[in-house]
Amino acid sequence: MSVKLDSKIPSGSIDTKWKDHKFKMKLVNPANKRKHSVIVVGTGLAGASAAASLGELGYKVKAFCVHESPRRAHSVAAQGGINAAKNYQNDGDSVYRLFYDTVKGGDFRAREANVYRLAEASVSIIDQAVASGVPLAREYGGLLSNRSFGGAQVSRTFYARGQTGQQLLYGAYSSMMRQVDLGTVELNTRKEMLDLVVVDGKARGIIVRNLLTGELESHVADVVVLATGGYSNVFYLSTNAMACAVTAAWKAHKKGSYFANPCYTQIHPTCIPVHGENQSKLTLMSESLRNDGRVWAPLKKGDLRKPEDIPENERDYYLERIYPSFGNLAPRDVASRQAKFRVDEGHGAQGQEAVYLDFKDSIKRLGEDKIRERYGNLFQMYDKITAEDPYKQPMRIYPAPHYTMGGLWVDYNLMSTIPGLFVAGEANFSDHGANRLGASALMQGLADGYFVLPYTVGDYIANTKLGEVNTSNDAFKATEESIKAEINKMINVKGSRTVDSIHKELGRVMWEKCGMSRNEAGLKEAINHIGQLRKTFWNDVKIPGTANELNTELEKAGRVADFIELGELMCRDALTREESCGGHFREEFQVDGEAKRDDDKFCHVAAWEWNGSADKPQTRHTEELTFDNVHLATRSYK
Amino acid sequence: MTKQTINLKLKVWRQTNPQTEGKFVTYDAKDISPDASFLEMLDTVNEGLIKKGDSPIVFDHDCREGICGSCGFMINGNAHGPEKSTTVCQLHMRHFHDGEELVLEPWRATAFPVIKDLMCDRSAFDRIMKSGGYISVNTGNAQDANAIPIPKPDADEAFLSAACIGCGACVASCKNASAALFTSAKITHLSLLPQGKVERGQRALDMVAQMDAEGFGACTSTGVCSASCPKDISLTNIATMNREYLKAVITQKEEMGGGDGV
Ligand SMILES: Cc1cc2nc3c(=O)[nH]c(=O)nc-3n(C[C@H](O)[C@H](O)[C@H](O)COP(=O)(O)OP(=O)(O)OC[C@H]3O[C@@H](n4cnc5c(N)ncnc54)[C@H](O)[C@@H]3O)c2cc1C
Ligand code: FES
Repeated sequence: MSVKLDSKIPSGSIDTKWKDHKFKMKLVNPANKRKHSVIVVGTGLAGASAAASLGELGYKVKAFCVHESPRRAHSVAAQGGINAAKNYQNDGDSVYRLFYDTVKGGDFRAREANVYRLAEASVSIIDQAVASGVPLAREYGGLLSNRSFGGAQVSRTFYARGQTGQQLLYGAYSSMMRQVDLGTVELNTRKEMLDLVVVDGKARGIIVRNLLTGELESHVADVVVLATGGYSNVFYLSTNAMACAVTAAWKAHKKGSYFANPCYTQIHPTCIPVHGENQSKLTLMSESLRNDGRVWAPLKKGDLRKPEDIPENERDYYLERIYPSFGNLAPRDVASRQAKFRVDEGHGAQGQEAVYLDFKDSIKRLGEDKIRERYGNLFQMYDKITAEDPYKQPMRIYPAPHYTMGGLWVDYNLMSTIPGLFVAGEANFSDHGANRLGASALMQGLADGYFVLPYTVGDYIANTKLGEVNTSNDAFKATEESIKAEINKMINVKGSRTVDSIHKELGRVMWEKCGMSRNEAGLKEAINHIGQLRKTFWNDVKIPGTANELNTELEKAGRVADFIELGELMCRDALTREESCGGHFREEFQVDGEAKRDDDKFCHVAAWEWNGSADKPQTRHTEELTFDNVHLATRSYK
Repeated sequence: MTKQTINLKLKVWRQTNPQTEGKFVTYDAKDISPDASFLEMLDTVNEGLIKKGDSPIVFDHDCREGICGSCGFMINGNAHGPEKSTTVCQLHMRHFHDGEELVLEPWRATAFPVIKDLMCDRSAFDRIMKSGGYISVNTGNAQDANAIPIPKPDADEAFLSAACIGCGACVASCKNASAALFTSAKITHLSLLPQGKVERGQRALDMVAQMDAEGFGACTSTGVCSASCPKDISLTNIATMNREYLKAVITQKEEMGGGDGV
């Protein structure tokens, strides 16, 4: 069965669409809200804000997370900031400019209407955060402070030192805990969603595994919201936390939810370089550092001198040279690619896979104290990991997988191709096109959770006949049985390969063939390799212990099995998209190292439909994108 | 850059589940790179255990950059190990020397029961948060964020208290297993902000009551909590909590009619 992709973008001019749409939506009366239940899977920024807001409205909410506490969701690690079109700096910002920058930053591969709504909501997010006690940075006059982020020429990023995600998450988490206290939200921690339950074509529940006991549980609801984050860990090494996984989204995909633009991944330009074989993850150095740090590489090829021994005239400040108008604040995809070019051409820092991020000039200009106030915790983190003092010598940085723009396809209401299944935050594909600008993921997660879902979920409930369903329904039983069978199959392989070794192998293929740059031959090789790896997994994986206990290897194995299938789809998506756009760089399609889009053939979203088995490639559907406000143009940051 | 690797002996607390008794088991950690983190060292040991068909050492972890608060256990009696202001995921092996013997134990506190090996249950912290660690504002009710200026020193201080990651090191290193530092950091953060001042009294009463109900011990001001805190949460938070609590107790009496021998 194939579904026609209807984005449900409301008619009217871009700046009144959302307002008009909100007015036209049906409301659920307060007494009836109590009768309706919503499952929210994931309690990061998107999920916690959604659960809190839906609870406040009076719905019966059940929230789930794999973590011990919602406070540990990966959103906690976001460092640099959150964008909002407040124009507090009076530097020419506006909702329209944020909208424009985001559409352009995404290389014209996002929906205009969604992006505009996001820019509109950004303003209320900051109000909401401050009202709920988020201690954002302030100036001496007591008003909020801003910094700049890549891809923008205005200063619109709000922050809390290098811990913006932590503080925003704690804000959303505490709002949700208030609802837990009030009894509208039931919190379920350390429970992993392993499948979606679809009854009569509608999402009606989930199956979770209690990670402490191994028990499977069925949970029923009228609506299911997935806010389960991104899939960068398909690369094994990424800046994401260890538990970040595609499992919830992937299981929904296999139940009929289309997966959109899987090949759009963001490789972040400023991360601490890899140190060795046993490394488990990579650490980001926030983009905010590019406000005051200057990126450079040795001018001479194969220059092995220490950075302090390289005189000024032998340093290539390549971002400032190539992109004079944006300089060090060129967007991420562009900055990452340029770093890779330098290293590939032999200009790496001391011959390694790294370039420099140098604070010498700004320390001279502003003093060490000012720099410490702005980035203290980041400098400290760098020092801890590398045992080098960034106040004294430049940071060594290199790009690393960081964020995924692709995700489950959703319409304007954030509903997937399965009625009743909504997707929010990094897990959906909606707002960032082929490249996300810095400080806009936090914005999107909170916009979805606080300001979009509370309306659209209500509209769905008000317009839908939702029959009585309970967990003794056959669909629940059958789904539970199939999960049990899959877990047993996995654990009984008793082969010789550890889960991590398989994950590392997958990561290496993805990084080399489907990473910062891609080409036809490489992608085809990768698809082959990953197909083999899938067989290796199911024939040779080694999982100690049993399924009926806390078993961390089993948890990882399930996630890796899904990453393998996703990896294959990412390569297929990258292969089919014969153009370069944003983070998707196909070597065959470029002009002097810059992405060359093909708007005639590829000005669309690609959404993939599962065909029942990993051996049958998914079907590709498309949703055309139209640009009525920001006109299609070649992106230039020069 | 290949650096000299080191070998260590680990005495690790192994406990199958909350019901069974645990014991120390000794493992060798071999060829450890000084650039690896402590958790990466344990990954290496675990990879070896799994290959032999043994169950790996279980510990909580996620972000591995010192911000999620998941990780944490005792290394030779120190919460998060020997380095100051450092979570165990940010602790690097260059701080240890070849041949060293390390004892790894989970947090020990009645309110934090051990789940397995080095992992324990810190959900008591969530229940303290639920009892009052929030500002009662619904989505959509907020006025413009700059409508109330907040003096920078207050905002900065609120941030420093709000930086607590809820790892539990304070409880684990306190001889009374007190959660005063954790609870007071939230009370202080919210009472410093104009938005949080309205509910400060009730918040202090509720959070302190929940903290006691969870079975955390009393604070006797030894200061070990703050010294072992990876985020340097200051001891002055506890003084603030005591003040907020006392003030609330007194005004509550007045509200209830005051002076009538309640
Ligand atoms: C190091 C780093 C720094 C960043 N800095 C910034 C920044 O400065 N500005 C910015 O805008 N963005 C930043 N980002 C991006 C941003 O942090 C994320 O995109 C965003 O926080 C994602 O939020 P989320 O709510 O969608 O998902 P997450 O916060 O990842 O939450 C996912 C939730 O889903 C749960 N979950 C997952 N799978 C399951 C399952 N199967 N069953 C049950 N529960 C499940 C998890 O427990 C968790 O609660 C950064 C990202 C990283 C990695
Ligand atoms: S793993 Fe997140 S703080 Fe250590």
